[in-house]
Amino acid sequence: MAITSMPSDDGQELTITIQGRFDFGAHQEFRDAYERVNTTPKRYVVDLKGTTYLDSSALGMLLLLRDHAGGERAQIRLANCNPDVRKILAISNFEQLFQIA
Amino acid sequence: MPSPLTILIAEDNAADRLLLSTIVSRQGHRALTAANGLEAVSLFQQEQPQLVLMDALMPVMDGFEAARRIKQLAGEALVPIIFLTSLTENEALVRCLEAGGDDFLAKPYNRVILEAKIKALDRLRRLQDTVLQQRDLIARHNEHLVTEQRVAKAVFDKVAHSGCLSAPNIRYLQSPYALFNGDLLLAAYKPSGGMHVLLGDFTGHGLPAAIGAMPLAEVFYGMTAKGYAMADILREMNAKLKRILPVGVFCCATFLNLSFQRRMVEVWNGGLPDGYLRRAGSGERVPLVSRHLPLGVLEQSAFNAHFEAYPIETDDRIFLVSDGVLETRNDNDEVFGDQRLREVFDANGDGNRLFDEIQLALSAFRGHAQDDVSMIEVRMLDEVTERAKLAFTDSGHSSPLDWSASFEFRAQTLKRFNPLPFLLQLLLEVQGLRDQGGALYTVLAELYSNALEHGVLGLDSSLKRNAEGFARYYRERSERLAALEAGYVRFNLQLLPEGRGGRLIVKVQDSGKGFDLAGVLAGPTSMDSLCGRGLTLVSKLAAHCEPGEGGQGIHVEFRWPAQA
Repeated sequence: MAITSMPSDDGQELTITIQGRFDFGAHQEFRDAYERVNTTPKRYVVDLKGTTYLDSSALGMLLLLRDHAGGERAQIRLANCNPDVRKILAISNFEQLFQIA
Repeated sequence: MPSPLTILIAEDNAADRLLLSTIVSRQGHRALTAANGLEAVSLFQQEQPQLVLMDALMPVMDGFEAARRIKQLAGEALVPIIFLTSLTENEALVRCLEAGGDDFLAKPYNRVILEAKIKALDRLRRLQDTVLQQRDLIARHNEHLVTEQRVAKAVFDKVAHSGCLSAPNIRYLQSPYALFNGDLLLAAYKPSGGMHVLLGDFTGHGLPAAIGAMPLAEVFYGMTAKGYAMADILREMNAKLKRILPVGVFCCATFLNLSFQRRMVEVWNGGLPDGYLRRAGSGERVPLVSRHLPLGVLEQSAFNAHFEAYPIETDDRIFLVSDGVLETRNDNDEVFGDQRLREVFDANGDGNRLFDEIQLALSAFRGHAQDDVSMIEVRMLDEVTERAKLAFTDSGHSSPLDWSASFEFRAQTLKRFNPLPFLLQLLLEVQGLRDQGGALYTVLAELYSNALEHGVLGLDSSLKRNAEGFARYYRERSERLAALEAGYVRFNLQLLPEGRGGRLIVKVQDSGKGFDLAGVLAGPTSMDSLCGRGLTLVSKLAAHCEPGEGGQGIHVEFRWPAQA
C-alpha cells in the first residue's frame, strides 16, 4: 500500500492516490496525505485506480477527509473506482456525500 | 558506565583463578571463585552471579555439566557463560556452546579480549533482562485489560441482549470472535404485538464498537417498549450516534419492523449488504437493498428514515447478514461473496432448512468454524405467542379515574410526530388499563393509521390486494404525507368510573370523507387479503366498537373490573 498526494499547479485541487489495499493499515498515511500539505485546496480527488480493496474503516477515513475538507461544504471526488470498490461505496450510499466517478 | 557485576570464576588451576579474579576485579566487578563444577553450581545458587567464567575440564564435575545446571537454574534470565579452554579442536568448542556456553576464551588468557567479552555479554544480558521485564509488564497490562473487558462485556450483554432474540421465530448466529463484537443484534416485541429487529455493524471491532452499541441498544429497547415507530427510533439512533461517535466511526444497520397482525414488514437498510425476504409459497426472493447512509453519519436534518414496506405471509422469512458473512475467506483467499449466498438460496427447497444450509455452505467454504459473522432469520408468524409486558413504574394507587381529554393532531404534526406513545403513556396512568396495555396500543395504532391513511391521506386500501399494489400503497403514503398541508386526526378520550372498575371510550375522527365501518366489519376478511384486517382486529380486541355519529369516525370501548 502506498499513498501519495499531489496538489494541482494552481494549488486549488489535491489529488490523493491510493495503491493496493485501502484499510485500517493506511490510517496514518492517508491522514498525512491531506494534513501534511502546504496548500489549502478547494477540491479533493481521491484516485482509487490502483486500489484493490476498500473496507469499512476506509469509509471512515473518507469521512474524516470530508470533515477536514469542510464537512457539508467539502468537494471531494472519488475517481477511478473499480467495480468492487464502487459496490462497497454503493451499499454504504456514499454517493450522497461524495462525487463518485 | 554499567553497574558492576558479580562474576563467578570456576577454574581448578589456582594460579589461573587468581589471574582471572584480578582481571575481573580490576574491571570493577566482584569475583567469586570455585575450584570445580560442583562448587560452582552451589556458589551460583547462593550468590546469583550475573556472569560465569567456566573452565571446561575440571575434577569432580566438569564445566559442561556445571554449565547445563547453571543454565537450568537461571531459567529465563540470561546468565552468560564464557568457557575457558585450552581445547582447540572444533568439536570441543562446539561442545562448550552446546552445553549452554555463550562464548569461549582460549588459554593463555588475554586480558583485553576477556574484558571486551564480559562487556559484550553484559550488554546482551541486560537486553534480555529488559525484554523479560517488558514482557511481564505487557502480560500484566493485558490481564488487567481482559478482566476489565470481561466486566464490561457482562454489562454489555445485559443491555444488548435483553430483548427477544430467543423468540420462537428467530434464529441467529453471532461470532465469538473477540470478547466484544462490532456486530450487534437486537430484537424486541412492540406493545402492539409485532417485533422490531436490528442488525448493526460498527466500523471497527472490540471496545470502541461496543461503546457505540450500548446507547444504540438503549434507544432501541426503550423506544420500542414505549410504542415509538421505526422511523422515530431510527432518527433518534442516528442523532445519538452522530453526537457521540467520532467522525469516521458509524454503524451500518438494517432495521425491520414486523407487524404480525397487519402482515407486513417495513425495512430500512443503511449500509449493510442486501438482506432477503424469502416467500414461503413461491420461494421467491426479494432483496432488501441498502438505500441509506449508515447510522451516525448524517446530521439530523439530512437523515432519511424512509423505508420500504412489503406484505408478508405466514412462514415468509427474512434473512439479514453482516458483511462478515460475504467477506468470509477460504484458504485461497477468495471471498464467499453474495453470488455464493444467492446460490444457496437457489438450491434451497425447504425454507426450514435454509438457515442451516447457509451455515453449512459457509463452513464448507471456509474449511473450519466461522468466526466473524452475524446473521439472523426472522419468520413471519400467524399468531403472536408472546406479548411484551409493558413496563410500569408506579404503584398506581392514586390513578385518576374520571376525566376526559381531546387531542387534535394537525397536518404539520402528522407529518413528523407519532402521537401514539404520547397517548399510551397517558392512558397507562390508569391502573385498570395496564393489563390491557398491549391490546390498547394495537387498537389505538390501528385506529390511528386508519384515520391517517384512509381519512386524511385518502388512500384506497384495495390497492393492497397484491404485492405490487402494496408497495405502491406505501410509496404513495409517504409521498402524500410529505406533501400534506391540511387535515387532522382527533382523539377524544373519556374515562368513566363504573362501580369499582371503569370504562374508557375512545373516539377517533379525521378530516377525511368517512367510510362504511359496518360494511367492513360485516364483509368477508380472508386471511390472504392484504387489507381490511385492521378494523376486524380492533373489533376483536375492544369490548365494543361502533361507527361514530353520522358515520363519522369510530368509537371503541375498553372496560375493566374492580381491582382485587
